[in-house]
Amino acid sequence: MLEQVEGSRAVADVVARCRPQVVAAYPISPQTHIVEALSDRVRAGDLQDCTYLMVESELGALSACIGASVVGSRAYTATASQGLLYMAEALPNVSGLGLPIVMTVANRAIGAPINIWNDHSDVMSQRDCGWIQLFASSNQEAVDLHVQAFVIAERTSIPVMVCMDGFVLTHAVEEIDVPDQQAVDSFLPPFVPRQVLDPDEPITIGSMVGPDTFTEVKYLAAADQLAALEVIDEVADDFRASFARESGGLVRGYRSDDAAIVIVSLGSVHGSICDAVDGLRSEGLAVGALAVTCFRPWPEGQVTSALARATTVIVVEKAFSMGSGSIVGNDVRLALADLGATVFTAVAGLGGRPVTADIIRRLVADVRDGELEADVLHFIDVDRSVVARELAERRPARAGREAIR
Amino acid sequence: MLSVAAFTEGRHAQALPTFGSERTGAPVTSFCRIDDVGIRAHEPITSPDAVIIQDPTLLHVAPVLVGTSPDTYVLINSSRPVEDLGVEPLVSDFRTGRVLTVPATELARQHIGRPLPGAPLLGAFSALTGLISLESVATAIRQRFAGALGEANVAAARAAYESVVQPGTRFADA
Repeated sequence: MLEQVEGSRAVADVVARCRPQVVAAYPISPQTHIVEALSDRVRAGDLQDCTYLMVESELGALSACIGASVVGSRAYTATASQGLLYMAEALPNVSGLGLPIVMTVANRAIGAPINIWNDHSDVMSQRDCGWIQLFASSNQEAVDLHVQAFVIAERTSIPVMVCMDGFVLTHAVEEIDVPDQQAVDSFLPPFVPRQVLDPDEPITIGSMVGPDTFTEVKYLAAADQLAALEVIDEVADDFRASFARESGGLVRGYRSDDAAIVIVSLGSVHGSICDAVDGLRSEGLAVGALAVTCFRPWPEGQVTSALARATTVIVVEKAFSMGSGSIVGNDVRLALADLGATVFTAVAGLGGRPVTADIIRRLVADVRDGELEADVLHFIDVDRSVVARELAERRPARAGREAIR
Repeated sequence: MLSVAAFTEGRHAQALPTFGSERTGAPVTSFCRIDDVGIRAHEPITSPDAVIIQDPTLLHVAPVLVGTSPDTYVLINSSRPVEDLGVEPLVSDFRTGRVLTVPATELARQHIGRPLPGAPLLGAFSALTGLISLESVATAIRQRFAGALGEANVAAARAAYESVVQPGTRFADA
């Protein structure tokens, strides 16, 4: 049933209906409303057979989830920003041990300078930690992805991060259909762990692996990651069949089939991009959008085929690799290496700066007018007068091509 | 509550708060979209059809009317008429019947017992714009605040609504 509800509240409701047996979390903005609501539900008895662990830190939260998961419990946590970084030590343990933990990341910038607002630098810093990373383009998708995430995690034994833009989605009040208990129960079967720690039948989980087999373990983990692509796709298909709406999957195009220019993005900015696409289409331009829902594992084949007919691809991303450049754009470039499309990469929306449909339209105009170079990362919403003044006071830059614009 | 009121009327709505250095008295901004089609964007509103100003002193210190047009509704929480606020240059371009003050804090004190002007401002917004009904505002208020507190807020909203639709309304002369 549609409700007018805050994104965080809807996520807490759907997570509760996924019947986690252990929720361990440490509050951090903008994730706080989600875990507060879950703790309330446990305390009030609305969420039965669940233990809520108030821990001392994010490292404690994820460590508690690891403990819960290895004894066969469905475990959930949520964090953001520095909280995710504080979990970093345990993140590859979860994936390496094959524990199907689900975590919401309410995407927020990482400091310094300290900033509580939205961008993707938190999850991008952990893109190689072996977790599946799914990005919600709307609050409805954020809700739906949580139901799918538990299915995907438990079917693949790979942990899943559901990434939703902090404040932009978590604190927006919108119409959201939160699947009811019966619908969630029929989509998400009870958790059957592959192996459990049991005093009556002792085994070791997480033993040391030396140079003789470490590479093979990692190779198999990499193979499992790529195999998960198929599962993620299947689960989205099943979800569509059960709930009659499109949510999740690997990539999703919008008016992109016949588009010469396609704008690629992750997360909620896809909404404004769709609005910009409609505006540009009404002016006769063949523009489309592609939302990358699954960023890790990287759905290279699906990205390639979704962009196969485009001549110009513009990647808009809310994070970048310091000292290098684009993150998502580089993956897109590799996916298109054998095709003729020109790829432009733009970073925007850092630390909560809004990325509007107007900015997207200007970006498309600049690309069409030849204002942007294809092989550099452009900071499209930077205040150039401010940075020019600061740069002028510094020692002259060394000769050579500028890495960024 | 405004987005919930619009939702109860079967429309699509979205409320987006902004966050910063929240402390009592600091300026804060929130946005609300109401539409007949689904809302995809999550960006701030830069060309508002209506602006609700909870603290009239902000008119002097913050660009609260940026992006408005002569057709924009401007609802100001104040016990004084618009012409007494010293903001004539700011509001002179608006069409007649678009700029209005309502004593929301006063009404809140009277009906709720606390200076919380949200509910009466929504009642006045309903009367000023006709975009949502007072009944939908009341439904949204009751959904947010249960029991006597909800009823007190509804009473404050109704009083504000009636103060606007009655003759002698404090519209700015344009």
